[in-house]
Amino acid sequence: MATPTVARPSRPGWVSLTAGVVSVVVVGVAGLLLGAAGIASSQVVRALLDALPFIEVDHGLTEIQLNVLFQIRAPRVVLGGMVGAILAVGGASYQGVFRNPLADPYLLGVAAGAGLGATVAFAVSGNADLLAPFAFVGGMAAVAVTYSLGRSVGGRTTTSLILAGVAVAAFATAIQTFVLQRNSETLRQVYSWILGQLVTVGWSDVLGLLPYALVASGVMLASRRILDVLSIGDEEAAALGVNVVRFRWVVVIAATLATAAAVSVSGLIGFVGIIVPHTIRLLFGVSYRVIVPLSLFFGAAFLMAADIVARTVVAPAELPIGVVTAFFGAPFFVMVLRSMRGPG
Amino acid sequence: MSRMKTDPVAQGKPHTSSSSKTEDVFMKRTALIALLVMVVAACSPSDTAATTTTANPATTTTAQATTTVVPATTTTIDDGFPVTVEADNGSVTIEALPRAIISLSSTATEMLFEIGAGPQVVAVDDQSNYPTDAPMTDLSGFTPNLEAILSFEPDLVVITFDPGELIAGLETAGVPVLSYTAAFTIDDVYRQTKALGTATGNVESAMEVNETIQTDLEEIVDFSGGSGEGVTYYHEIDALLYTATSSTFFGQIYGLFGMVNIADPADEDGSAFGYPQLSEEYVVASDPSIIFLANVLYGESSETIAARPGWGVMTAVTKGDIAELDSDVASRWGPRIVEFAQAIAGALGQYRQG
Repeated sequence: MATPTVARPSRPGWVSLTAGVVSVVVVGVAGLLLGAAGIASSQVVRALLDALPFIEVDHGLTEIQLNVLFQIRAPRVVLGGMVGAILAVGGASYQGVFRNPLADPYLLGVAAGAGLGATVAFAVSGNADLLAPFAFVGGMAAVAVTYSLGRSVGGRTTTSLILAGVAVAAFATAIQTFVLQRNSETLRQVYSWILGQLVTVGWSDVLGLLPYALVASGVMLASRRILDVLSIGDEEAAALGVNVVRFRWVVVIAATLATAAAVSVSGLIGFVGIIVPHTIRLLFGVSYRVIVPLSLFFGAAFLMAADIVARTVVAPAELPIGVVTAFFGAPFFVMVLRSMRGPG
Repeated sequence: MSRMKTDPVAQGKPHTSSSSKTEDVFMKRTALIALLVMVVAACSPSDTAATTTTANPATTTTAQATTTVVPATTTTIDDGFPVTVEADNGSVTIEALPRAIISLSSTATEMLFEIGAGPQVVAVDDQSNYPTDAPMTDLSGFTPNLEAILSFEPDLVVITFDPGELIAGLETAGVPVLSYTAAFTIDDVYRQTKALGTATGNVESAMEVNETIQTDLEEIVDFSGGSGEGVTYYHEIDALLYTATSSTFFGQIYGLFGMVNIADPADEDGSAFGYPQLSEEYVVASDPSIIFLANVLYGESSETIAARPGWGVMTAVTKGDIAELDSDVASRWGPRIVEFAQAIAGALGQYRQG
């Protein structure tokens, strides 16, 4: 994965870009049409048309149904897309910056660190506004320790980084468990949050996440060329004029900030950051100029699709979305991996 | 010794959950035996407790009952001990009247104090905040520490959850353990209360408590006069929309009023054990008449409900029919289920007025 393949395209082709955009649109519309409230698809379509300026369509929906559609379902679809895009791009950036195909928020300890931060926020204040900053601090601390541990132990090998991440994650989880046991009244909230959820989100959550998403995505999109250069090696990149240390920290901070912001509204949703970039890598090419932008689209589509499953498959009950991403994501990833191995 | 074996009632009667007739017979016979065997009446009010052991299933009790009755008639006649009581962890024999009880179950704590066993309780866990004179300690019922429990030198430990080897560890140390998980039916409440009464030498007052609970519940439901019939409700356990269906213990209490639970379609096959997580748009679209909040302790209130995106148009929100339940009362299956029923009746009254 770390070796650039010259033959592969270095920017997303029209086919892949179109596929990405189409999948986001299709899954997004499906997300608006499907749900447990039992509103007919035709009525949803008419209500959506009616919501457009200068168009009036009789949709026949009650006030409560309109609320369900525009205040509950729509922001959830949008937020699912944003969280998915952020997690996928974040995963891709971690993989590039650490030159490690296995790097993802989980294996680097970022998720565990963010989880510890969130637990402390729950235990100390119970104030949901503190979740994002606490999760960010926890995630940053974890990734910093993982990186320095990985370097000090094993130099450049990828396994040492992952092993360091596993150790950091175990350590953070241990502290988290301790904090939870000392504050057992927060146990249920934290547990629900760890499973991942997009429940009771509204447009305010969408607006709250938007700045983080824009800044972090911007940084990561701008970094895609340097990520390609970095994939050759630190010394080679430095020889080409890249300030490797500074660049690495900028990308790590951006990816961690985005991940922490996403998990603070959605809980720990696993697998997106590793499945989506890898699938793109296998299907469309190993260059980060391809992977990073496409991760935005396919990450959004993947999580929106997972959320449709989460809220319809056992309707009117609901599954935690983290369970869905793991349940469908892991076999899907294995399938792609196996199918691409032969000719590749 | 042989009376149990030859007793046609004990032998012939198959085990049912309501074995009160059998117990009555035994009670009378105990009194008889007590008269025959001893001269002085026991000073404990619970001298008849020994024979309530026969609440055991008939098929398995014979041997146990025989073994326990022997000392009853020979040694500890003054307080009726030893006794054998049924718990989730099987038949448990308690050799002597417990005087150092530890309760690691907040519900059991409420039951013990209600039936008058409070003075025998030396320590309760960190969640047992009611009644306020219960001797609360740092002991945890979720992550119990065997040595910390044993440091109180208990002669009976009541728990609701064994994370691993708690029961085995206490039994190794020679301490009898009674484990009672959350009630599935209202009858479970009566059964657990009575068993705790038997185990602590307070069986008569335990039965009185049960009668009071039963009468109170009936009166509250009668007084509501069918005002709950067909009224839809949503019972929120946490903000992620976990709820309880009609099949759960608390759902059954709503059922006493004839109310209709919007969550029932979400767990028709029981795969969520009566506690499904509802889809948010389903809750809003169902538009229940009354919303009951069991999660006030976790910061939810009628204001936070009204502030949720899309919830403001719900009938219960616009009319103010959101009942904030005491989180402890709405999660324990002890004597305060009466307060729970009162809260429902109160919410129904408000609903019918507004």
